[in-house]
Amino acid sequence: MNSSTPARGRFERALLSGRPVVTCEISSSDGADPEDVRRRGRLVRDYVDAVNVPDNTSGVVHASPISSCAILAQEGIDPIMHMTCRDRNRLALQSDLLSAALLGVRNILCLSGDHVIHGDHPQAKPVYDLDSTQLVELAIRMTREGRYLSGREIKPPPDLFPGSAENPFAPPYDFRPLRLAKKVQAGTRFVQTQIVFNVERFAEFMGGVRDLGLDRKVPILAGVAPIRSVKAARFMRDEVPGMEVPEPLIRRMEQAGDKKARREDEGIQICVEIIEDLRKVPGLAGFHLMPINWQSAVGEIARRARLQPATAPERTPCDDTAPTPVTAALGAASAPGSLPLLRDPQERGP
Amino acid sequence: MIQTEAVPPILEPVSRLLRRHPRVTLQLNRAVAPFENSAKVLLFSCNMCGQCVLHETGFTCPMNCPKQLRNGPCGGVRMNGHCEVKPEMMCVWTKAERRARRLPWWSEFLRIRPPLDWRRKGSSAIINMLAPPFEDSKERP
Repeated sequence: MNSSTPARGRFERALLSGRPVVTCEISSSDGADPEDVRRRGRLVRDYVDAVNVPDNTSGVVHASPISSCAILAQEGIDPIMHMTCRDRNRLALQSDLLSAALLGVRNILCLSGDHVIHGDHPQAKPVYDLDSTQLVELAIRMTREGRYLSGREIKPPPDLFPGSAENPFAPPYDFRPLRLAKKVQAGTRFVQTQIVFNVERFAEFMGGVRDLGLDRKVPILAGVAPIRSVKAARFMRDEVPGMEVPEPLIRRMEQAGDKKARREDEGIQICVEIIEDLRKVPGLAGFHLMPINWQSAVGEIARRARLQPATAPERTPCDDTAPTPVTAALGAASAPGSLPLLRDPQERGP
Repeated sequence: MIQTEAVPPILEPVSRLLRRHPRVTLQLNRAVAPFENSAKVLLFSCNMCGQCVLHETGFTCPMNCPKQLRNGPCGGVRMNGHCEVKPEMMCVWTKAERRARRLPWWSEFLRIRPPLDWRRKGSSAIINMLAPPFEDSKERP
């Protein structure tokens, strides 16, 4: 694979387009069948600009996201690879970042990673040699300076597009926008948030973000997810630390009953309503769908919420095409001779 | 991104002296480390990483975080402010943030801290600050 891969840069172009961007998360392969990844990729590809592949989600072993992302790239889908500091020291992180770049995967979501204690191998030794902020800094250094952490030169350097995550629903709430500011300072190029169920709290967080001017420096995609059942909702509330599922949502899922079609319909409806509410929150650049093992819901959510990928060729003009502040700022930044935030990789010096 | 502590101007002469005599400095480091560390263990449950940031983190040792994060809390902090890994323990960074906000040098808390140098673990952070114990200038062909 080389730099002429058609999938390359689609996500970045989408963020520059000035239109709301849609991304979606599919799980990495849980078996040795590459067709499985392709199938799930095809389920969502028409609705999104890029597809996230997580890295041993909640500490449960899956195939490395490098392989799944490479398969998606072959399919013409622009992948966003999650890279966690849980399983790799700084040598392995740099090696994997470079390997990903070799395979045409350049969007990297830099994460600390869920602790192994919640996974299927709680006995394992977690690594955490770097943290997520340092990983962003590292990816930026590899790309812009063309050097490893050691200072040794990379020839030729990878062209990475690192992003970060933020969870507005975990204490200390006041500090979350400041933490995001640190990541922006480290050079992060995009942000995807934890799943939003509590829109009020999220709007508060975005208020802090806007006060710091971060929404104009970096595109922020709000995480959204459909709830499949009341059991899933309770699990997320009780067992997933840092996830906030308000009581009214759980009651709505209870009222939807046990019938599969009925409760799934209600789950999708809640998700669509949250998207509608989030559209009123200023400073967002798009949405990140996290249909946990429920890729088939993506099409339905996109249809009901009128979500379209920003880069769709057959995109019809619709009401939400006004550029958000951030995309306007990014568009200005990509003008010739301006700051190197989104410069053309080919322009890099020798 | 290599750890470089700023030496306070008043200690600059001491720093220069120590840098001139690396072998003596190493001995001094070994002599000072047990005292410095035992005091910090008692006061701040220090983990002896050898590159102290206690003053920046509201005198809360970030190395007590199960993920040993140096740049703020992870996304797994529970609603009550406790740790996701050890539910009985207050999140180190929740505590650090609360304490650091009360300090006049609060802005230090927001500094991006570079990756740890694991070679320094167990050595004296004070002596390390005055005279970096390892040269990182090794050129490779």
